[in-house]
Amino acid sequence: MAPAVEVSDLVKRYPKSRSNAVDGLSFRVHRGEIFGLLGPNGAGKTTTVGILTTRVVLTDGDAKVGGVSVASDPVAARHKVAVVPQRVNLDRSLNARQNLLFHATYHGIARAQRHRLADELLDRMGLSDKAKARVDDLSGGQSQRLMIARALIHRPEVLFLDEPSTGLDPQARLFVHDRVNDLRSEGVTVVLTTHDMDEAEKLSDRVGVVDHGKLLTLDTPEALIRSLPGSGTIDVTVRPNGVDSDRLLDLLSSVAGVERVERIGTDRGGGEPEPRLRLYVAEEPSALLGPVAATLHEHDVAVSDLSLGSPTLEDVFIEITGRELR
Amino acid sequence: MSSMRAFVAVLGRDVFVTGRELPSFLAQVLVQPVALLFIFGKVLGQLGYTQPGYAQILLPGMIALNAFLVSLQNTSFPLVLDFSYSREIEDRLLAPLPISWVAAEKMLFGALRGLFAALLMIPIGFAMLGDIDWKLSGLPFAVLCMVLGSFAGATVGLTVGAAVPPRRINIMFAVILAPLIFTGASQFPWAQLDQLRWFQVLCLFNPLTYVSEGMRGALLPSVPHMAPWVCVVALVAACGIFGVLGIKFFLRRALD
Ligand SMILES: Nc1ncnc2c1ncn2[C@@H]1O[C@H](COP(=O)(O)OP(=O)(O)OP(=O)(O)O)[C@@H](O)[C@H]1O
Ligand SMILES: [Mg+2]
Repeated sequence: MAPAVEVSDLVKRYPKSRSNAVDGLSFRVHRGEIFGLLGPNGAGKTTTVGILTTRVVLTDGDAKVGGVSVASDPVAARHKVAVVPQRVNLDRSLNARQNLLFHATYHGIARAQRHRLADELLDRMGLSDKAKARVDDLSGGQSQRLMIARALIHRPEVLFLDEPSTGLDPQARLFVHDRVNDLRSEGVTVVLTTHDMDEAEKLSDRVGVVDHGKLLTLDTPEALIRSLPGSGTIDVTVRPNGVDSDRLLDLLSSVAGVERVERIGTDRGGGEPEPRLRLYVAEEPSALLGPVAATLHEHDVAVSDLSLGSPTLEDVFIEITGRELR
Repeated sequence: MSSMRAFVAVLGRDVFVTGRELPSFLAQVLVQPVALLFIFGKVLGQLGYTQPGYAQILLPGMIALNAFLVSLQNTSFPLVLDFSYSREIEDRLLAPLPISWVAAEKMLFGALRGLFAALLMIPIGFAMLGDIDWKLSGLPFAVLCMVLGSFAGATVGLTVGAAVPPRRINIMFAVILAPLIFTGASQFPWAQLDQLRWFQVLCLFNPLTYVSEGMRGALLPSVPHMAPWVCVVALVAACGIFGVLGIKFFLRRALD
């Protein structure tokens, strides 16, 4: 069976633009997979989603959803996809339930079935009491949930979620995450873009990181994190007892397994200022606790606080896309 | 097949929304032409400022004006808004039918509204002006002109609506609508303009002229008028040219 999404050497240059918004992107999404598309602002995520949902015309390369090329047969492609866009685009002339019903009608869902599905989805999205509400009267989170319901009503093969939880409160975000997980169990393929690394890590089977329209890396979140050198951390707060801070950094850097030491702050809890240091380590941070403590003890430096940090997807993201602002 | 079904559904949505807003729709399409008809056909006539019979000339022109202009406005205004901040139309652009069909639906629906508004003017005109003397055998051709006029208005509306950026919507009123209202031979018979040759030529560029002249020629054959076949050819040509142009602009707006 064809992959759910197949993008090869995809290029998009907007008219009047001097650079490519998408610049030679290739990746595949398997059926039933939840795929995270990550990247800094302006990386080309929305553009890629736009191409795959036939809203944006590609400049070069090929993009297929469910085996159908979006460029040569956009009408068939629209049957297979649904999108929850970054910006609200509900039909403001219709109420919440009507938004679902008309959308289903456009997609040829029979009358009895669309009424049943609309009520079912409103209920599932926690919007039953908003069925008759005007779209303008919905909160941001409610609009978002209504757009998800609308996207699901024509039973798409691939659902695109462009930043599904931006602007949602923690409850609503968890709710959306649960719904996405439901979709996984129903076998719907989901492509989601997000800036929330925790979200990507939690939901995605695999993530692709794009920047400047190019794919930088693609793997499971676990593999990406494992591949990050020196990404486990140990934070120590010490009472130097006369050892100056340069010496302290040298000492800790010399412990085998520590790749880099950074001073991240100072605790001023009344008495002597206590420097806080972060050690970046190559392997499992807990294995280095002993050696680090021993080294400090040898030089009569007291440890007043110590904590371990395992690397997160965010560290991977920063490592490969850099720190500068877009 | 499924595209056809989607087309009907998209049309159904517009009918549904309009049906719910019927009073405001009626106000929008009737207040202005009824006021014009009343002042020029009734008040000025009774005060003796217009010749007897001017109301006769005015009524077919007002019906034509409604067919053309209501179609134009009802296609262009919603489109300008749809493509602006609200992006409401996106749901339809993502429905399983070709984008050009969505454009065609917008035209068809605008034309239907214009046609409806024009038909409504007939009983209103009769009730208001009283002694209207139409040649009834000309009615079928007059209806043909109304239909063609509605479609011509809708195609011009699509072109304008897809070409005008939202922040220019005020300009649209001043530089497009007003000239169209007054150069469309709806308040005067075009064929009698030979004393004002430049204006007569100018009117030829307005599709409304052919709607007015066609209807007046069919219903009031004794009033000098343009040849009927010229009206039909010109209106079909206008539908073709603006239809193609409108769809092209629409596609450009709809897809990035
Ligand atoms: N309609 C458009 N016309 C011209 N340029 C555009 C258009 N849409 C996006 N761009 C440009 O294309 C590039 C990619 O934009 P895109 O919206 O795909 O980024 P993104 O990854 O979704 O960013 P964000 O995380 O901020 O949503 C940007 O440089 C943007 O300025
Ligand atoms: Mg985006």
